[in-house]
Amino acid sequence: MKKYTYTESKDTRSGFGAGLVEAGRQNEHVVALCADLIGSLKMNDFIKEFPERFFQIGIAEANMMGIASGLTIGGKIPFTGTFANFSTGRVYDQIRQSIAYSNKNVKICASHAGLTLGEDGATHQMLEDIGLMKMLPGMTVINPCDFNQTKAAALALVNHQGPAYLRFGRPVVPNFTPYDQVFEIGKAVMLNEGRDVTIIATGHLVWEAIKAGELLERLGIDAEIINIHTIKPLDAEAILDSIKKTGCVVTAEEHNRFGGLGDSVAQLLVREFPTPQEYVAVDDSFGESGKPAQLMEKYGLNAEAIIIAVQKVLARKELQ
Amino acid sequence: MVMTKNSIHNLEAIASQVRRDIVRMVHACQSGHPGGSLGCTEYLVALFFEAMDRHREFELDGIGEDLFFLSNGHISPVFYSVLARADYFDPAELVTFRQIDSRLQGHPTTHEGLPGVRVASGSLGQGLSVALGAAQAKKLNQDSRLIYVLMGDGELQEGQIWEAAMYAFHNKMDNVIAAVDYNGAQIDGPTEQILSLGNLRAKWEAFGWDVLEIERGNDMTAVVRGLELAKSRTGKGKPVMIMLHTEMGNGVDFMMGSHKWHGIAPNDEQLAAALAQNAETLGDY
Repeated sequence: MKKYTYTESKDTRSGFGAGLVEAGRQNEHVVALCADLIGSLKMNDFIKEFPERFFQIGIAEANMMGIASGLTIGGKIPFTGTFANFSTGRVYDQIRQSIAYSNKNVKICASHAGLTLGEDGATHQMLEDIGLMKMLPGMTVINPCDFNQTKAAALALVNHQGPAYLRFGRPVVPNFTPYDQVFEIGKAVMLNEGRDVTIIATGHLVWEAIKAGELLERLGIDAEIINIHTIKPLDAEAILDSIKKTGCVVTAEEHNRFGGLGDSVAQLLVREFPTPQEYVAVDDSFGESGKPAQLMEKYGLNAEAIIIAVQKVLARKELQ
Repeated sequence: MVMTKNSIHNLEAIASQVRRDIVRMVHACQSGHPGGSLGCTEYLVALFFEAMDRHREFELDGIGEDLFFLSNGHISPVFYSVLARADYFDPAELVTFRQIDSRLQGHPTTHEGLPGVRVASGSLGQGLSVALGAAQAKKLNQDSRLIYVLMGDGELQEGQIWEAAMYAFHNKMDNVIAAVDYNGAQIDGPTEQILSLGNLRAKWEAFGWDVLEIERGNDMTAVVRGLELAKSRTGKGKPVMIMLHTEMGNGVDFMMGSHKWHGIAPNDEQLAAALAQNAETLGDY
């Protein structure tokens, strides 16, 4: 197992904030919008440097999506910022008609995704957003794993043409992606090559997958670990290459098991290479208040849950 | 600018042809929304053939020209007819309205690349927000041209409109001229019965808009003068709202004075009667 280390833990939303200000420096057409959550989205640096290119919308997310759509008419590249819940479910029809169907170059940037926003509870814990967004034709869906990768993803979106959804979170997590790693939209990142099982993880579950890989090694299981930061378009080639080698797969995500990364992988496999698969995902429920680590344990979204899933899928593979 | 009588006549002649286009399009596919389309004919003709400063060639970004957004996308027949008659595309294409493989979808969209359309609309309440975004882009680009947007009155029941109304005042969006098609009718009946808009003028004024009224929205002279007045009120720190009093179905006697023709198509006899009331001036497509 390849060794992964980190010197600091940081939140992915701060990665977004850092990427946004850098994006603003690189391209004068980049503008930012926020619905009364500047501090939470870490947009302060952008506002300080480019006050005339920032639009405070107030608590009016539907209007924000419409304004973002309109800003593209005139050549702007708008980045909207609010929580994942208010970035997707609350404004689905606005995104569908004014952005996706109209093919507007809007970057919908969503913080506090998943269970790990913690104490605020289920009203704010969005677990359906990947599904909602990936169902929209033409929408790119990205869920990076740490600070460096989120920063790189935000920057990569500047040169990407078309609507995109960038999903990130609230808590600090290990920052292990090399700061200079090139972010290629739609391209999987191979974290560890192995023979026995493929673990495909996205977002906060990527670090859990690495921890699981280390523990599995001690059990004599050689896991291949892939970071899928782009759920749509999915890197089918990388996934199929791996699974043809290992013969079984575990997908891991901080999302409902309906409609997330697991379903995207399953759909690919059922058509191209039917393979035993286990899901590490929320089992069709809402979240609740609690500390992030407590929630991830209770809802089965950590390294231990990945190991259990690996053992299950290996048993199924042997039966074949 | 002083309009000559002749140019009003020209605009009226275009409007007559647009009304023919509307009823023929809706009749041909036996679907669509003729009522609101007919009611807004003078407004769209006056906008595209008189008020707006627009380029010959269509470019989505519309730098250096006035832009129009149709929020109540269901009145696509009048929009398509006016775009075609304004040379954005060949009027012959109007025959494809709502047919398979057409750029003239039931509700306007950029998806098929129809020149003149800058955003999809149809799901109501979204157009004002998009127009405000385009207006912000103009300000950022130091482009002094104007943004026009038309909404239905029933559409004002959507909450997003009022989010946008607040934003426009707060941000001094004085390069925007919005209009409400104030025909008092929506698909299920009179607006007063479905969900009353109350004192609509007072509502917009309370939201900080500069409100003016075009009392006779189906009188070309009144519409042209109203638009001139609205333009003169831009650039003064406030968004401008036109309360455009129209009659749903105007120009076709049996469609007027009722919400009945909001979303149904005429039969062959009704088509003939409607065409008899509107002269062919530019040649039917």
